[in-house]
Amino acid sequence: MAKLLVKERQVVVPGEELAEGMEYLPGFGAYRMDDHVRAKRLGIVNISGRAIKIIPLSGRYNPKTDDAIIGKVIDITLNGWRIDTNSAYTSLLSLKDGTTEYVQKGADLTRYYKIGDYVAVTIVNVTSQKLIDVSAKGPGLGKLSEGRIVRVNASKVPRIIGKGGSMISLIKEATNCRIMVGQNGIIWISGEPKKESIAAQAIGLIEEKAHLSGLTDEISRFLKEKVK
Amino acid sequence: MQNEMQKNMLKYLEAGLRRDGRKKDEWRRISVEKGVSANAEGSARVKIGETEVLVGVKMIVDKPYPDRPDEGTLMVGAELLPMSSPDFETGPPGIWAIEIARVVDRGIRESGALDNKALCIKAGEHVWIISIDIVTINDAGNLLDASALGTLAAIEDTRFPAFDGEAIDYKTKTDKRIKMNKHPISVTVWKIGKHLLVDPTSDEEEAAEARLTVASIEDGKLCAMQKGGEEPLDMKDIQKMVDMALENAAKIRKNL
Repeated sequence: MAKLLVKERQVVVPGEELAEGMEYLPGFGAYRMDDHVRAKRLGIVNISGRAIKIIPLSGRYNPKTDDAIIGKVIDITLNGWRIDTNSAYTSLLSLKDGTTEYVQKGADLTRYYKIGDYVAVTIVNVTSQKLIDVSAKGPGLGKLSEGRIVRVNASKVPRIIGKGGSMISLIKEATNCRIMVGQNGIIWISGEPKKESIAAQAIGLIEEKAHLSGLTDEISRFLKEKVK
Repeated sequence: MQNEMQKNMLKYLEAGLRRDGRKKDEWRRISVEKGVSANAEGSARVKIGETEVLVGVKMIVDKPYPDRPDEGTLMVGAELLPMSSPDFETGPPGIWAIEIARVVDRGIRESGALDNKALCIKAGEHVWIISIDIVTINDAGNLLDASALGTLAAIEDTRFPAFDGEAIDYKTKTDKRIKMNKHPISVTVWKIGKHLLVDPTSDEEEAAEARLTVASIEDGKLCAMQKGGEEPLDMKDIQKMVDMALENAAKIRKNL
């Protein structure tokens, strides 16, 4: 006797009953208690077949291998830079992954990245102890200069990027800005001041209304109105 | 030394706007709500954009100062809750909290808005002490002006509790109010590069090199000033900042 207690795309809170009976299976963000499936996080229900998962609406960023993130240089060590990842853990950008140049022994590492600089990196490896290695080698990676940084909740990042990057390219096209979205919720925007400000406002709007549907239309209306 | 954020901010200011799309002298939405606390004699909640400040007034009866036996006093304290910003810690008040409290206190005191003699109950024995507590709920910039505005609103909202000559009965509120004949409004003008702006966000506060808080009353008379920040200001700057503060004070006064 299986019974679904929630609807697709409903907002649920931790502990809320999602389904009754053993027919349904707890997916990401859900767990089983006795014969009930319950929510582990605040988020939106997503039902696919027998599995119920939660798309989270809040929470801190959790580092994953291959994620592209934007970090802030917080320390310079003997063999690299320590990068704040906007999560509970910091990461290490080693010399060999930081730059393609040959670095002389004893060279001043602030030539490449200073404390306080923002760097676009990918996560190379996350150990079970949550030691994170990042690399700045790759297209579009490296030091970010001249733009501005906008911070959003990391769980809203998928909405900001959109399906196949649809939302972010909408903003890029309308505002003519270069935008880089880190999976950790740090976003870098660079362009003309007025357009940059519009892009930042659009991102703020997406973050605010991330749980609603029909967002793409609303953002495209907002951009059309602002960019004349 | 300029960092990336300051450079970016200056790029905006050169173009005549700010990072959130406002003009240099444009304020975020201001809301003032009076009477938000049941236990305080007077209270107010001020929101400027996302900045939120609560102000409470407690009326205390105590002995006057020996050199002013027939005058009541004003006491202002500010607490920056750790909840309101990642930069605030628990513990004794820091420099910033003390500065906010003193700037607010001075703005009201020096304007002469309060009639201290009217706060006297019996000369040499009992006077009213207006004790004001400022508590920050969220710091998104411009705590100074929000606190000053909230304090003014809270004093206006205050009703004296009953006092029978010995003890105060906080449960019974009388209809007696604190008389305020002037309304000193504090406006802080911030300087980034050569640009002057009001109502900064946290980012702008961080990037600013100097600031000047100007308290003024209805007829444009200055009551108090406070300079902050590391960079010096020259005469021209100060003149411009005072003019800008007076202009903006008139705008803010409408929210009371």
